Amino acid sequence: MALYVALCYYDRDQPWDGVPDKELTPEYTEFARRATEAGVMRGGEALHPVTMSTTITVSGGKGGDVLLTDGPYAEAKEVLGGYFLLEVADLDEAVAWAAQIPAAWRGKIELRPIAPVHG
Amino acid sequence: MDAAGTLAEVLKGEGPRVLATLARTIGDLAVAEDALSEATITALDAWPETGIPDNPRAWLAVVARRKALDLLRRESARPAKETAAFRWGTGAAPDQIEEAIEAMEPESSLRDDMLRLIFTCCHPALSREAQVALSLRTLARLEVPAIARAFLVPEATMAKRLVRARSKIATARIPYAIPSDTELPGRLAAVLAVAYLVATEAHAPTGGDAVARVDLEAEAIRLARLLAGLMPDEPEALSLLALLLLTSARTSARTDADGNPVTLAGQDRTRWNRAAIAEGSAWLSEAVARSGGVAGPYQIQAHLAAAHSTAPSWQETDWDRIVGLYDLLGSITANPVVALNRAVAVTERDGPEAGLAALKTIAGLEYSHLWHAALADNLRRLGHTSEAAGELHTAVTLAPSEVEQRLLQGRLRTVRSELG
Repeated sequence: MALYVALCYYDRDQPWDGVPDKELTPEYTEFARRATEAGVMRGGEALHPVTMSTTITVSGGKGGDVLLTDGPYAEAKEVLGGYFLLEVADLDEAVAWAAQIPAAWRGKIELRPIAPVHG
Repeated sequence: MDAAGTLAEVLKGEGPRVLATLARTIGDLAVAEDALSEATITALDAWPETGIPDNPRAWLAVVARRKALDLLRRESARPAKETAAFRWGTGAAPDQIEEAIEAMEPESSLRDDMLRLIFTCCHPALSREAQVALSLRTLARLEVPAIARAFLVPEATMAKRLVRARSKIATARIPYAIPSDTELPGRLAAVLAVAYLVATEAHAPTGGDAVARVDLEAEAIRLARLLAGLMPDEPEALSLLALLLLTSARTSARTDADGNPVTLAGQDRTRWNRAAIAEGSAWLSEAVARSGGVAGPYQIQAHLAAAHSTAPSWQETDWDRIVGLYDLLGSITANPVVALNRAVAVTERDGPEAGLAALKTIAGLEYSHLWHAALADNLRRLGHTSEAAGELHTAVTLAPSEVEQRLLQGRLRTVRSELG
């Protein structure tokens, strides 16, 4: 089995600034319920909009000055809105699950395999 | 064919088959590739002395298995951190893999293994470029320098592309599997598109001064033959093979004695390869018989190629049928190039006025040299010679290759001489 993160991207200008979106929430709850029942769900969270983001840089290397910027790191048209952690056998299975996440039709989903961290 | 040629053919034919089963057994395409490459070198060394063995596939399989085991043992001797994180299946340890290899059934599931290999190389999670590169390396057994030459990229770039593709298969866990029935149509289309793309590059090279690349054309046909053989019930797979054979029949006639391109209208039809036309037509009939009356895009294109191949001359071509086939093709693929080819056929069927009108309704080809060249042809036939010269001039500046530039410049000279 392998772990994938399904990163849910939305159009920056979509009216999801008003989360929790009444229409969206039940769709996500339903997906999470099915993925949990199937034993695929290993976690997942929704994020507040990027207007709530703070970007951090430590300048001059470790221990240097901490600089804060109001807003997201990258000024992109599409922004991260949440993620799911899925445990499945292979990419085809991960794709089949990711295609059921509402972000797949409301925005886009990027699937990334999780890299094992060696101690 | 000389001895070296026969040997190369045997290795190209048997290589992918050996690879397909080995990759499944050890669960690692990259290791299987390396093992087969080493086995191939051993064969190239041994066979000229001993002669080609009676069963070259079994010979190659045995040697490749041994090489694969060596590679896996060497790999397991390294720290875990450096070894591949993933194997298809359950991540078997080398000794389990060794048992699996010992127990390898020789032929029974070969067809399924070949399909697994093909669908993995053409998985939609890989870019089309990567699919093409992998297919040519893995299925057609072309060496990296040859693939790099075919697509006019530096060898290092092509090598990197292949490494990246194999590494994505392993890391993102692209499964070594035949798609389910519901996924199959889309996945099959991707596989056929790869062979079609190789053929297109062979037919109209994007660079260089050759009219066509015969070597690459042969590889595209080899791929299409493999697909048709493995999926004999898929009409589009058969149609693609038919199309490539029918098109290849004209390749030698597309160049004159001085290496200049000759368009279909001006080709010496006695130079067409009759055997390829006959074989292509036979595959097309087979495809029609299996398609249940619904022709896919490759089948329609194969019908078009057949209509040209069986016409005694350009003038005696069945233009009505050709326009009808383009109408059909246009109804399933909204492609301005299809509309352009249809308009050329309309000119032949109904005259330059109708052809010109058809061309002018096509949007999106303002930067296509073919569109401007077709406009020029109709204008010239209507006696608007100076406008025709203007369109040809535009076509020359837009032509993507030297070969096409030369062809259009020749036409421009003729038209200008008519202007006096």
